[in-house]
Amino acid sequence: MLKDATAIVGIGQTPFAKQLPETEKALACRAILAALDDAGIAPSEVDAFASYTMEETDEVEVAKAIGAGDVTFFSKVGYGGGGSCATVGHLAAAVATGQASVGVAWRSRKRGSGPRPWKNTAVQLPTPGQWTRPYGLLRPADEIGMLARRYMHEYGATRDHLFNVALACRNRANQNPDAIMYERPLTREMYMTSRWISEPLCLFDNCLETDGALACVIVSAERARDCRRKPVYIHSAAQGLPAQHHGMVNYWNDDPLSGPAWTAARHLWKNADFGPQDVDVAQIYDAFTPLVPLSLEGYGFCGRGEGAAFTEGGALELGGRLPLNTGGGGLSEAYVHGFNLINEGVKQLRGTSTAQVPGAATCLVTAGEGVPTSAVLLRA
Amino acid sequence: MLNPVIDEDGAPFWEFTARGELRVQGCADCGELRFPPRPCCPHCQSFATEWRLMSGRGRIWSYVLPHPPLLPDYAEQAPYNAVLVELADAPRIRLAGNVVAAPDARLDSVDPARLRIGAAVRIAFTEIDGLAVPRWLLERG
Ligand SMILES: [Zn+2]
Repeated sequence: MLKDATAIVGIGQTPFAKQLPETEKALACRAILAALDDAGIAPSEVDAFASYTMEETDEVEVAKAIGAGDVTFFSKVGYGGGGSCATVGHLAAAVATGQASVGVAWRSRKRGSGPRPWKNTAVQLPTPGQWTRPYGLLRPADEIGMLARRYMHEYGATRDHLFNVALACRNRANQNPDAIMYERPLTREMYMTSRWISEPLCLFDNCLETDGALACVIVSAERARDCRRKPVYIHSAAQGLPAQHHGMVNYWNDDPLSGPAWTAARHLWKNADFGPQDVDVAQIYDAFTPLVPLSLEGYGFCGRGEGAAFTEGGALELGGRLPLNTGGGGLSEAYVHGFNLINEGVKQLRGTSTAQVPGAATCLVTAGEGVPTSAVLLRA
Repeated sequence: MLNPVIDEDGAPFWEFTARGELRVQGCADCGELRFPPRPCCPHCQSFATEWRLMSGRGRIWSYVLPHPPLLPDYAEQAPYNAVLVELADAPRIRLAGNVVAAPDARLDSVDPARLRIGAAVRIAFTEIDGLAVPRWLLERG
């Protein structure tokens, strides 16, 4: 059984910026070493790694650079930001089943100063993109914008609802000195008059483009009790690839608006001792604002079609019904394929967030919605 | 412009568009339609396929208006529309495409104010590098 059998005992990160001078490999090593130092565990004890298939630095490079010992488990999860929480889930499973004892998950990315993946048309064109990209659905913003407009049409969601998401993230970033948008408040007027990226999505509906790296360290619950920091237990973990799902261009099944979140959520809650109503704080993948209402529905915080209305009345702000992305998220802290959401969840349950939810004991962290996804429930 | 990349599963689609036909892959055993094309039927696991003729009529299920940054050929026409059309004969099959004023017109040739979810469209084909590529015309032209 995975439940509470493992814990995150170390987190680390580099600075976040539009452009950092070091290589992705160097940033990966810095974040991992910072996480191990935070845990009080020597690099030579690391025997497991997990990252994303899109991670450019592989385990071999990382292990030999940081001075890891013999590694007995390594895993890479696909589908871009959909893999974020699964890196933690895979290591939790490996440690809980005795395949390894000290796991490191990480993501290092120079998305701020490096290339935009959608510009590489050779990679992007194979199935199912061959059926969409020639028509000018070139970028994730176009692909998700298509679902967003349909969602707005079906359920009466408005740009103000999407603004609620952007604002909550920005407000938390304004409390977080490490966030890219720390000193940049957002107003409704700025949002409503900003340039379009792919109508109905404007600039502020899109995540940042960031250079940076993050890592976390996972050990057994037993070992965690001897670590430097208060353990944050991995209570439940799940991946989600729904039947007849097509990836980001999920346009050819019965219901494109109920995405992989629904599949991951069913498994996540089935194995948990608590439900959505017991979640104190949520870190929900926010590459685009509409992913938040869709995820709120998928993970059961409200009913189908109610995700937009859920954001009203400051529900996502501190003191609201479900404080969201308390470090600023991908929209306003840093976009590192959602790994900052994992580390922020740990900070909340340690009680050390820059936007601390008083007494937070449970946190949902989700990965990219709209692609094969993953999620973890953390508890103090 | 990006041309469709034709793989083995999808090749018949383009052979039919070259004849001016919109055909969708279906199962020759249980009859279920499927898109995008794939080797076998997810309902009955049969590898027997047929390509069913569609009327070429449909409705706009959703659309976006992409603005730069975009690939150069697309940026030059931006903002343009990209739509999903649910087929009248198979509403759960939603083909991506562009609504244009005439089959060979630019991607920005229709005023975005005329686009509506639910608007009726019909297919037309334009030739791009030897491929017959679907385009969509508003029924109330
Ligand atoms: Zn069949």
